[in-house]
Amino acid sequence: MKNRDGLAEGGRTGGTLAKDIADKFPNHVKITKISPNRIFAVVDRLAWLQVATFMKESLGFEHVTSVGGVDWPDQNLMQVVYHITSYANRVTAEMIVDVPRDSPEVDSIALLWGGANWHERETFDMFGIIFKGHPKLERILTPDGTDYFPYRKDFVGGRRI
Amino acid sequence: MDLRLAPNAIAMSAQEFMAWSRDVMEQLMRASGAKKAIDKITAPIWSWALRNANYPLHFGIACCALEMAAASAPRYDAERLGMIFRSSPRQTDVLIVNGWVTAKLRPDLRRLYEQMAEPRWVVAMGECAISGGPWYDSYNTVQGVDTFIPVDVYIPGCPPRPEAMIDGFMKLHKKINKEMKGTFLEE
Repeated sequence: MKNRDGLAEGGRTGGTLAKDIADKFPNHVKITKISPNRIFAVVDRLAWLQVATFMKESLGFEHVTSVGGVDWPDQNLMQVVYHITSYANRVTAEMIVDVPRDSPEVDSIALLWGGANWHERETFDMFGIIFKGHPKLERILTPDGTDYFPYRKDFVGGRRI
Repeated sequence: MDLRLAPNAIAMSAQEFMAWSRDVMEQLMRASGAKKAIDKITAPIWSWALRNANYPLHFGIACCALEMAAASAPRYDAERLGMIFRSSPRQTDVLIVNGWVTAKLRPDLRRLYEQMAEPRWVVAMGECAISGGPWYDSYNTVQGVDTFIPVDVYIPGCPPRPEAMIDGFMKLHKKINKEMKGTFLEE
């Protein structure tokens, strides 16, 4: 059963879920945009594991759709972008965590959602972002012994392999 | 072994005598023209057999592998030309490289090539296998499979159609036919 907005009957919208997150962490989460099926938010790096735990345990987000990175060398900033989905409510939350480029470290959520394990390994492989507490943070796509992170903006391509 | 050792044959060990006599036989065969005659008879037979049973390794890397699959499907039916795909490198003669080769795949592909029994041929199919293709300046793509494996036939295209792949194999047939290698008394 679905209503006019394509939401599950009895499900919750992105607005109410975002309000729960913002009420629980008023100082650490900044909701930037809301629509019935989407939440866009920026999360403080140190509170990220608590926010993720709250989203999984209390709000019923079951699934990490993707984990990626963005490199901003001119701002000395890297962003980790998580897409976390709730099937029951048909809501996808895009949570962005800013990390400094000098020490790109963020807490791993691989122990909360097992599906984030390889996503985080890939993000580490491409961007060099360290996920603290990850069970096996090794390179996943490039061969062992690779000494560069190819998706960083200062990586120069065109070398002969 | 040197034939000058012949006067000392009485002092040879069994292994030395076997090596010496094998050497004498082989040189006799070569000098008398017997090897040439036997090669003249057998080489066309071997060549015909190799041409009509050059089994490619069933190893698909990228989108060219779909053309490989289409070539072996009923519409093109490459099997009528002897291209029967086998899954073990020990049973195959031709290595088709159909797709980009990453730096991570390179040692394994080299090992597959080395596991194949002689005589063996390599076909580079598609732009990526020839030169790296659209990803030639990527961080992880090898610029052509011929940087680490000797390649016999190049089939350009992105991807080449099944007809092109079959045509490449016809080129390989011509190459095998032209070599016409006599193998009598050779390792």
